[in-house]
Formats: sequence, structure tokens, C-alpha cells
Amino acid sequence: MSRHFPLLCRARRGRTLMLLSCAWLVGSAAVAAAASDALEQLMTQLRQRQHGHVSFTEVHISSVLDRPLTSTGELFYDAPDRLEKRTTTPRAERMVLENGQLSFERRHKEYHVALADFPQAAPYIEAIRATLAGDRAALERVFHIGFDYSGDKWTLRLTPLDAHVAAEVATVSIDGQSDSIKTVTVKLVNGDRSITTLGAVLDP
Amino acid sequence: MRRRRVTILAWMVLLAATGWIVAHAHYTADLSAFLPARPSPAQQALVDELREGVAARLILIAINGGERAQRAQLSQALATGLRADPAFVSVNNGRNAASESDQRYIFDHRYLLSEQITADHFTTAGLRSAVSESIDSLASPAGFLAQDLLLTDPTGETLQVMGQLSPDTGPRSQDGVWVSADGSQALLVARTRVAGGDTNGQERALGVIEAEFGRLRAAAMPAARAVSLRVSGPGVFAIHARATIIREAIRLSVLSSLLIATLLLLAYRSLRTLALGLLPVVSGALAGAAAVALGFGVIHGVTLGFGVTLIGESVDYSIYLLIQARRGPDGNAAATWITSFWPTVRLGLFTSLCGFASLLPSAFPGLAQLGLYSMAGLLAAAAVTRYVLPALLPERWTARPLNALGRGLARGIDRLQRYRQLLWLLPLLAIAEVQTHRSGLWNRDLAALSPVSAADQAFDAQLRSSLGAPDVSDLIVITAADTESALSAAEAVGKRLNSLVKSGELAGFDTPARYLPSLALQRQRLDALPAGDVLRTRLRAALAGLPLRATRLEPFVAAVERARTALLVDRSGLAGTSLASGVDTLLAQRGNRVVALLPLRAPAAGSHPFAIDAAHVNAALGAAPPGVTIALLDLKHESDALYAAYQSAAIRLSLLGFGLIVLLLLLTLRSVARVMRVIAPLILSVLVVTAALAASRQALTILHLIGLLLIVAVGSNYALFFERHFAPAAAGERSTMLASLLIANLATVLGFGVLAFSTVPVLSALGMTVAPGAFAALLFSALMARPQASHGVLS
Repeated sequence: MSRHFPLLCRARRGRTLMLLSCAWLVGSAAVAAAASDALEQLMTQLRQRQHGHVSFTEVHISSVLDRPLTSTGELFYDAPDRLEKRTTTPRAERMVLENGQLSFERRHKEYHVALADFPQAAPYIEAIRATLAGDRAALERVFHIGFDYSGDKWTLRLTPLDAHVAAEVATVSIDGQSDSIKTVTVKLVNGDRSITTLGAVLDP
Repeated sequence: MRRRRVTILAWMVLLAATGWIVAHAHYTADLSAFLPARPSPAQQALVDELREGVAARLILIAINGGERAQRAQLSQALATGLRADPAFVSVNNGRNAASESDQRYIFDHRYLLSEQITADHFTTAGLRSAVSESIDSLASPAGFLAQDLLLTDPTGETLQVMGQLSPDTGPRSQDGVWVSADGSQALLVARTRVAGGDTNGQERALGVIEAEFGRLRAAAMPAARAVSLRVSGPGVFAIHARATIIREAIRLSVLSSLLIATLLLLAYRSLRTLALGLLPVVSGALAGAAAVALGFGVIHGVTLGFGVTLIGESVDYSIYLLIQARRGPDGNAAATWITSFWPTVRLGLFTSLCGFASLLPSAFPGLAQLGLYSMAGLLAAAAVTRYVLPALLPERWTARPLNALGRGLARGIDRLQRYRQLLWLLPLLAIAEVQTHRSGLWNRDLAALSPVSAADQAFDAQLRSSLGAPDVSDLIVITAADTESALSAAEAVGKRLNSLVKSGELAGFDTPARYLPSLALQRQRLDALPAGDVLRTRLRAALAGLPLRATRLEPFVAAVERARTALLVDRSGLAGTSLASGVDTLLAQRGNRVVALLPLRAPAAGSHPFAIDAAHVNAALGAAPPGVTIALLDLKHESDALYAAYQSAAIRLSLLGFGLIVLLLLLTLRSVARVMRVIAPLILSVLVVTAALAASRQALTILHLIGLLLIVAVGSNYALFFERHFAPAAAGERSTMLASLLIANLATVLGFGVLAFSTVPVLSALGMTVAPGAFAALLFSALMARPQASHGVLS
């Protein structure tokens, strides 16, 4: 008997454990509530920002490559629906997400697609836009959200919901402090990673 | 008595024969009526494009009203439903960027399809540049390149081919489907299997769309109550136009027949006489149609539509007989009429025949058929009036007198003639009026004949601009003996066009070679691929210093090895992909030639936005290889030129017809003064009507011109009656004649006047020209006739 139900047999310890687990349950619910509140607060805080213009450095680590690839450029944001990622090195490239429409240029040809038709771009660009916009609903449309915080530093852990995207992208982690994003890390299922660090604020 | 029976029998046999011919004739409603019988190559290409081309097969579909998400959902369901129907080659609504089968095909055939495959591309330098670009793509913001693809296709051919095949501009999309610029409509584009010129086939396809939408909407009720469907496109226009013309022609001809029958009943005061009076009309209509069927093998809808209007003139002959015929000294009323009035009617008939005969030699089947129809119809109507009606009339029959009316008319004319010096002013005023509007007198736009309403045209333009759908106006047409040489020529032209795209002269172009390269080019591309060992050696050198090791690219080396020995692809290899429809749209077997089409897109900016400099493009095209023709076709310009040719031919032929009429009158009347008295009222009527149309800002079309010809044909009868019977006749005979002319004229004015209110431009143009013109011809004939001798003296 005791071998099968050790907790029940040891009644005393059992009670202690029960109390403890109660406390844990209540506590974690409280923590969860607090986290949810905090996420809500963060979202509200993020929504205050109308414009952003920062430099970025992206490091791409791939198992097929001998060394990381580094690209640099600038990010432009206009609340709530426009994000532009302008890469300057190693190759000039521009991508704009505006009102759910994605435009980019490749080999002198412009492409316009709806984000809905091109879900693989969501981890790379919609995650940043929706976070900056404090648009929790938009994030929840494409990701499962995990949230940690300590003081004014926070981390959003986003897991893609779309099966095709989830087959390639494992998580997107966004680290930030108060109302700004510091880094965005995209981890692929095959172990590849890209880490984007947002840098100096350029002209407001 | 015996002769009567023979006449009636002969007439009935002829009637039955013509009826049989008409019942078994072939009818067509396509554009060929408006196209020359022996077209130039450019005109032929225009015809083919209008009938079977890319743009002609598109049905544009808009889903309006309701909620945004609901429209998107209906759009998806409708697209899925229609794709399953064999009536459509393709249905696009946004989400099918590149299907699974397309991606597979493109990946498998990337070394045959990629435009960047040349020997240079696989040198050490070429490989280095291509691979380093792919490596950078790995870090691209949108994660374009999957890692596996980098290893099997490090030179980026798959992405290159997808780029080649994707359209340069696309519509806006929302919730995964195409929407209009303001987002209020979900948009789809369906391409029909049948040609745009096949109106019956288009109607079936449209029926499928409407039924499918109706089913989906019913299933989504009541939420879908506010959602509606609207379609557009050349095929849809053709269906609506045909339906409108048929509806209006029936409605208006029934209305005018009723009005004319009522008028005649009042005049004859006898149902039997009325019935007899309509026999020449029916005989004429049948004879006209039968003559066209025999002469041309096929009857155009346009000819039949016109035939209906001829009732107005053919009914005149019987009106003359049935009002003018009085029992004379020899007892028989009809016989007396034949002696006294028939020569005048016969001369009027010959005048009309001369007018319409001028249309016979026209290069346009539509005009030539009109001419033949009118001649046969009038001849039959007159002959039945002259030979059959007298045989059918009872022995002791006599026309009911309209003496009061006739005497009133005689007095009126007498009074009006006192002011006839004023008539001299009319031609001066008319010519002055026509002169002031001279520049805009003739409508040079083929669209003037289009029965499509301005609102529908605006809706179509809005849909097209939202969709970026081909509104093909400029294209290069290549014809060759076989597919291979057509594709090779398309590739050569494509190279030249690329330089125009680079210089901004063109925004872009499409070509069948993009979907299916010629076998020669495919072979050339495969020949550019290096052997495995060579490729490995080059890769080692090429990748020095790059973060990718050559040994990682074994899957690439293997893929190139396989490609080198792969089979070339032809049209059948494309089955199941959207590339097949790309080829089928732009490459077609026509007769024993293969035609390749390269639609051009004009730049939206630059020195001449939205226009293509034909001279520049032509200069760039260069010489065609032997056995191949290459021509730039500007559809709008070509169709307007065709219409202008049609119009000027009609004007020239009408003038010729008028010359013939004058000649005929000179030969019969043998007096310039008498001829002048006959043709002066006609010329004056034509002038006055033209001036009135010009003053009301009606730009004249070919139908107005036909209307003017009809004024001369109808009016010549009046003028001849006045010239031959007004002054010399006894008062009784004169008043009978005047009454019959007025009744005949009213019948014509009613018949054509009703047409003037049609919404179909072709019909209203005829109506608004002939109705006032016929009345003017009668009035002027009366005013210009030699005055009657003072009352009572000669009678």
C-alpha cells in the first residue's frame, strides 16, 4: 500500500504537503494573475509610443554555416500598424508591414502579400510590430504567449500557433525594458538562431 | 380568274420556300458583321484577340455588402466551387500564390526554366556571386530561404523562377482574399474555357457562377442577406448586350406594329383590308432574310434587327394601293390604280433599290447584308402589292375614301406654299449649323455603338484597376509555322523588350516562353551546366572565404548531375500546374499557324505615362526570322481605325448610291427641272436632320448614316408622287393621294419614332434619324411641288 501511495500513508507529512501545495496553487494563481496584470500593464505602456526609429544588428547562426552572419540596418515604427525593416549590410533590402500588408523588394522586383498569406514572416516582423503596438490580440492570433518580468525588465516568449510555421520556428523571445524592445531572438526547430539587438535611438 | 389563282399559288409557293430557307438559315451574333471580309494580318489579330484573346475570357467577380469576414469566406467557397467546374480554366481570388504542384514543378525543372542559367552563371565567379547572395538570403528579414533549399539550390534558381512567374503587380488582399482598393468588395477573376466571342458559352459560365453563389449565399442565410454578387467583363457585356437588343427589338417592334396597325385600321376601317395590307410586309421580311441566307450563307443578328425597321417602308406600298385605288371606268379598282399610280410607285421602288444597291459592294459583311436584305425585301413587298394583293381583293372592292382629310391637306399645302420662298433659308441655316459642329460631327469611337451602359463600363474599369487585370491594349503578335519557332521568336523579342523595360520605356510584358522555354533554349541551358567534378572544383574555389563549405553542397552537385541528363519539357509536361494556363493563354494554334502573344504593360510614370511609344517598340523589335511574322498590335487604335474605315466606306457608298438615284431619275423623267423637284426635298431633309442631330450634340455614327439613306429611300416615294400627281391631278385624285401619303408617312414616323426611345444606341440612332427625316421629306416635297391649279377649274 505504502509503496503505492507513499504520500497518503505518511499522513503528517501529507498534511504539510497538502498545505504546501495549496499555498503553491494559490500562490501560482496569484503570480499568474500578477503576470497577466503585468502583461496588460506592459501592453498599455507600449501602446503609448507613437513612433520609433532605431538601429539594429542581427546575428544569424546556422548549422550549415561556418560562422555567424551579421546584418545591420534600421527599424522604423509608426503606431499602430506600420513597421519597416531596412537592412543596409551586407545587402540592401527593405521590408514594410503596413495594415497587414507585407511589401518587400527582391532582385529589383516588388512583392506585396497579405501577412495572412505569408505566415512565415510573422515571427520575424509581426511579432515586433504587435509588441510595439501593445496589440495583445494580434500576438495571440499567431502565437501562444509566455511572459516573465522582473522590475522593469521583461521577456515575451512567443510560440507559433500555425503548424507550418511551428515546423520551422520553435520560439521567438522578445526581451525588453519598460516601453522598449532590447533583443528579439528567433530559434528555429533545427537549432539555427537569429538574434536581433535593437540599438541606439536615431532621430525621433 | 385562272390567272389570279396562278398568281396566288406562285406567291404561296415562294412564301413557303423563303420561309423554309429562313427557318434553316444559320444565324450569328458575333463581331464579324463589323469586320472586313478580307482582313489584313493586323485586323485578323484584332479579331482573334477580341474573340478568343486573354482579356476576352475573363469574368471579373465582385462580392459586395455584408461583413468583411463573410465576404472573404464566400470568396474562398466560391473559388473552390468554381475551380471544380470544367467551365473555368482558372479561378483566382488571392490565396493561390503558388500551389503545391507549381512549387514541385518549379523546383524539379529549375535548371530548364531559370532565365539566369548561362555558362557564366556556373563559372567560379558566377557561382561565388550567386551562392553568396543565397547565404545572405538565409538571414533575410522574411526568412525567404529554408536551409535545405540552400544546400540543394545554392544558386537560388527556385526563387528566381518564382520571381519570373509572379506578376509584377497584384491586387490588395485582406483576410487572405483579393479586395477592391477601398476594401469594400471581395474580388475574384475567373477565366472561362470557351472563347469570349462564344456568347452562349459565356452565358453558361455566367450561369454557373450565379448558381454557385446563390447556393453558397442560401447556405449562409440569414447572415448573408446583405451580400450580393456583381460580375463584369467582355463576355458578360456581350450577354447583357444581346439580351438588351433582343428585348428592346421585340418590345419596340411589337409596340410600333400595334401603333401602325391601329393607324391603318382607322384609315381602312376594315380588318380584312388591314390583314391584306400586312401581307407585303411579311413577304418582304421573309424574302430579305432568305436572300441574305442564300447570298451570304449566314445571317447576322444586326441584319435581322434592321429588317424589323424596314416594316416602316414596306408597309407604304400597300397603303398606297389600299387608299388610292378607286373603281374607275373599267370597273376594277386595283386595275385602275395599276394604270395610274403603279408607275410612280415602281419608280420610287427603283430609286430605293439604287440607294441600297450601293451597299452591296461593301467590304464589310454587315453593310453588304443590309443592302441585300433591303433590296430583296422592298422588291418582294412591292411585287406582292402589285401582283398578289389585286388578286386577293374582292372583284368589286374599292378603297374607302378619306376625302375630308385629303381636302384639308390640299388646302393646308396651298396655304403653306405661299411661304415657300422661305425654304431657301433652310439649307443655308442647316449647312451653317453642320459647319459649326463639323469637328465633332462624326463619332470616331467604336464604343459609340456599344450597348453597354456608362455605369457598367465604369464599374468594369474600377474592377480592372483594383485587380490589375489585363486590359490588353498593346501586344506583340508573333506567328510561326510551329510552336518551337514561335517560342524561339518570343524569346528573341523578349530579350529586346527587356532592354525597353530597363530603360523605363515599358513597365513589363508577359511571354509564353516564360512558362515554356523553347526546346532550343532548354537544351542551351542544360548545356551550360558543368559536369559533377568540374562543378566541385569550381565550388571549392568559389566558396573560399565564404561561411559555407563546398563539401556541404553535395546535394546541389547531385541535382545538377541529374538535370544534365533530364528530359526537356513540352506543353504536356505542364499538366496540372498553373503554368499550363499561362502557356495556353499566350500560345495558340490558329489554322495552320502558331500564334504567340506578348502583352505589353505601359509604364505608370515617365515621359509618357500609361502609353506605349509604338515607334520605339517597333524599332526595338528588329527583323523577323524567315517564316515568322512579328507585329505590334495596338488594339484600341486598330479597332478605331477599322471602324473609321467602315464609316468612310459607308459614306462613300452612300454618295455613290445617291449618284445612281439621280442618274435613274434623269433617265426616266428626262428633265433636269423635274429631277431637281424630286431630289431637292430629299437633300433638304437630309441636311435639316443632320443639322438637328449636330445641334443636339449627337455625334453621328454609321447607323445615322444608314438612317439618312433610308430617308432618301422612303422620301423619294413622296417626292415622286408630288412631282407626278400633285399639280396635274383632278381634285379628287389629289386629295386621295395626299391622304395616302400622310397615312404612309405616319406609319413610318410611328415605326421609327418608337425606336428613337430605345436604350440601344444602334436602334435609337436609326429612330431619331428616320422618324423626323421622313416627315421632313413629306413636308418639303409638298412645299416644293408645283402648285395645284386653282381649285375646281380643272376638275
